[in-house]
Amino acid sequence: MNTTHHLRKLFGRTMEGLCLAAAVVAMIPLFAFLWQLFAKGAGAITLALFTQLPLPPGEVGGGLRNAILGTLLVVGMATGVGIPVGIGAAIYMSEFADPRLTAALRFCCDVLSGVPSIVMGLLAFQLVVRPLHHFSALSGSLALAFIMLPVVVITTQEMLHLVPHSLREAGHALGIPSWRIAASISLRAAAPGILTGAILSVSRIAGETAPMLFTAFGNPYQSLDPNAPIATLPHTIFTYAISPYDDWHRLAWGGALVLVLGVLGATLLSRFILWRHQRGLNA
Amino acid sequence: MDDAVLDSTGRITPGQILPYRAEDLQRQGSGRSADRVFRLTTGLCAAVVGALLLVVILFMVKGSALAFRDHGFGFMFSPEWDPTNQKYGALTFLYGTAYTSLIGMAIALPLGVFTAVALVEILPRGPAKLISLAVELLAAIPSVLLGLWGIFELVPLVRRFEIYIYKSPTGLRHLPIFSGAPLGVGYLAAGLILAIMALPFILSVTREVLLQVPASQREAAYALGATRWQAIWRFILPYSWKGIFGAGLLGLARVLGETMAVTMVIGNTPQIKASLFASGYTLASVIANEFTEAPSELAISALISLGLILLVVTIVLNAGARLMILYLNRRMGTREVK
Amino acid sequence: MLACKNVTIEFNKTAVIKNVSLEFPVKRVTAIIGPSGCGKSTLLRACNRMHFLTPGAKVTGAVTLNGKDIYHKDVDAVLLRRRIGMVFQKANPFPTLSIFDNVVAGLRLSGLGSKARLQEAAERALGDAALWDEVKDRLQQSPMTLSGGQQQRLCIARALAVDPEVLLMDEPCSALDPIATAKIEELMFRLRERLSVVIVTHNMQQAARASDRTAFLWMGELIEEGDTETIFTAPTKPMTEDYLTGRFG
Repeated sequence: MNTTHHLRKLFGRTMEGLCLAAAVVAMIPLFAFLWQLFAKGAGAITLALFTQLPLPPGEVGGGLRNAILGTLLVVGMATGVGIPVGIGAAIYMSEFADPRLTAALRFCCDVLSGVPSIVMGLLAFQLVVRPLHHFSALSGSLALAFIMLPVVVITTQEMLHLVPHSLREAGHALGIPSWRIAASISLRAAAPGILTGAILSVSRIAGETAPMLFTAFGNPYQSLDPNAPIATLPHTIFTYAISPYDDWHRLAWGGALVLVLGVLGATLLSRFILWRHQRGLNA
Repeated sequence: MDDAVLDSTGRITPGQILPYRAEDLQRQGSGRSADRVFRLTTGLCAAVVGALLLVVILFMVKGSALAFRDHGFGFMFSPEWDPTNQKYGALTFLYGTAYTSLIGMAIALPLGVFTAVALVEILPRGPAKLISLAVELLAAIPSVLLGLWGIFELVPLVRRFEIYIYKSPTGLRHLPIFSGAPLGVGYLAAGLILAIMALPFILSVTREVLLQVPASQREAAYALGATRWQAIWRFILPYSWKGIFGAGLLGLARVLGETMAVTMVIGNTPQIKASLFASGYTLASVIANEFTEAPSELAISALISLGLILLVVTIVLNAGARLMILYLNRRMGTREVK
Repeated sequence: MLACKNVTIEFNKTAVIKNVSLEFPVKRVTAIIGPSGCGKSTLLRACNRMHFLTPGAKVTGAVTLNGKDIYHKDVDAVLLRRRIGMVFQKANPFPTLSIFDNVVAGLRLSGLGSKARLQEAAERALGDAALWDEVKDRLQQSPMTLSGGQQQRLCIARALAVDPEVLLMDEPCSALDPIATAKIEELMFRLRERLSVVIVTHNMQQAARASDRTAFLWMGELIEEGDTETIFTAPTKPMTEDYLTGRFG
């Protein structure tokens, strides 16, 4: 009896060891990726990366200025549409709609957030690129707006949900009109969380490539025309990564590092905002 | 308004404190219409969101119409992909998507579940939080960047492994699953990348499921004289398996639509092969690669049809998994002893 | 025999049980009574080393079983818990297992696999818990189909199946109706023939009805203990008298 017990304990310890090993293995991809990212990308971070345009294939040098500005433009336009509409929808769901409608809309958002981004690109293609017969930054922005919309709605609605009902009731009791309550009371209370969600959704679409392939399409030259094809950073990274040119590979890693630092910066910014707000609350 | 008046008993008359007469209580003019405008605007936003889902489905069906009309329903199961002869079929890509997703989930599920067990049941809180953060950050990495890493780091590693198997004196390379040239790119590499992308999701959901196991269940298990592993394996995991299954479904739904990282490491060859070493093609990656160079309206429609298949599958999986979780929550709520 | 000697239990440096010494006579029912929050459950859980689940808990002093300190590093907690069983306040059957599998769960943990032996043990345990007649035709069903009282008796059967020396019961009837409570008190009485029972209860009448010895705890300290009859009819400490007559708690 004692030996079986010892064996059982030994077996249990072994299995637990396996679980710990799994935890270690699970960490490897992140560190492997970050290691390569910094090892290969750091060297490419020069002023030229931000100021120069790409050179013809095969030539050494050049930069990613058009792609970086392109991403800023496309993401900016998408955000300009996605965030207001998303927040508006969330406000409607949390302040005005009856629970059944809210649940149905929320379900829609959950399903929408699971739609592959390339499908949203196909939608934008059919809605904009096809009728206009050319690729454009606008169509790219639209695709990104479609992708970001459900995410913004979900996070905003959850943040608004956290605002205690008593606050709203107090507003009603004071005779404040509903729209004012929503804007000044609920939104303000939920603002940091909403802002965080917004920043995170922006950083997510900044990294989207698949929809860009047949909407924004890419552009080796500098362009800021919404009605023309435009280069975006992730798309350029893709093109360069699968190319046979070493220098383009170098630029791809550089661009990757810029993208990661941008996303990291955005995440840290949102955490900082939350922290400031928490401190303000505790003061 | 009535002037402030104290009546004979010294009490303040209503006119003083509440200067509104009954008629004034109706909010008039700008207050009301501002409310209506606001309601309307936000309602419109909500309508847009609701409409978006319908619009997506509608346009994807519309765009696929040509291909389905031309090939009939057999399009779904045809392994042909011949742009020059205008013959298209989805089977190759269904296979590729299914095969790579299967490999990815087969790796990510056990890895994720055992890691979650380690984080919730075995490790102290500090290291557990660090590790879970490290894995969750993985989810923030854009697909194309993982693909970049995949091309230059993962594929060479996979290639070394494939060469090792190829050269192995045990003749493993004659097994159908290991047959073919050891190129590095192919189903195995794509499956590994998908495993990396599914892992953070499975880990975070499983962690939550495990944390929700009631203390009373753990107490019951340990009080009976269970070792820690027995408590985990025989009681805690079985209690959680439905939630873990839901996590698996949602992770699968996410992995099916992954485009860039897969495109960069799968080899992009329209063929159906059993071997892990073989190159393949998934629904998402063929759209990514060939859409801009589609030679005809029919080709475009065929690609959109593949997108429609992707859409339908992910919607069904997502909706199904969420409905299942809803149903389970309701049942668990009534099952628990009051 | 299970006994506590100068046991002090701290949660994050706050003492919840202070220097309690108590013996739980063999084959008798001992009740621990006292107002809410006096530490009864805490003391009980220390007797089968259940505080390992609580971070920040520290047990000092000696809890001994037949003279051996159960907290000694040579003592295997897992084996210990097969000799000292526990039933909890809220019935906690395993929902993923059938009624039969629940009862024999403890036996399976020790590796007992033979179907015949398991069947025999289940029948005996369910009989001891006065549940056999009610479930003998639905052993494969889920325990969640049982009523609250039945589930608690199932948990008792589960604890009894491993044949422990001591059964610790932490307010086992507090969630049950009077009829179910009566059934459990009755089976407690019969169990005395085979093992020792320690029951924590906030219900004084239950302690008076069902126990041989009673210990009165207040604010983590043992105020008085002795034969149940003596405690209830002629307590020596005024605080005991006050509690029994309902002056506080």
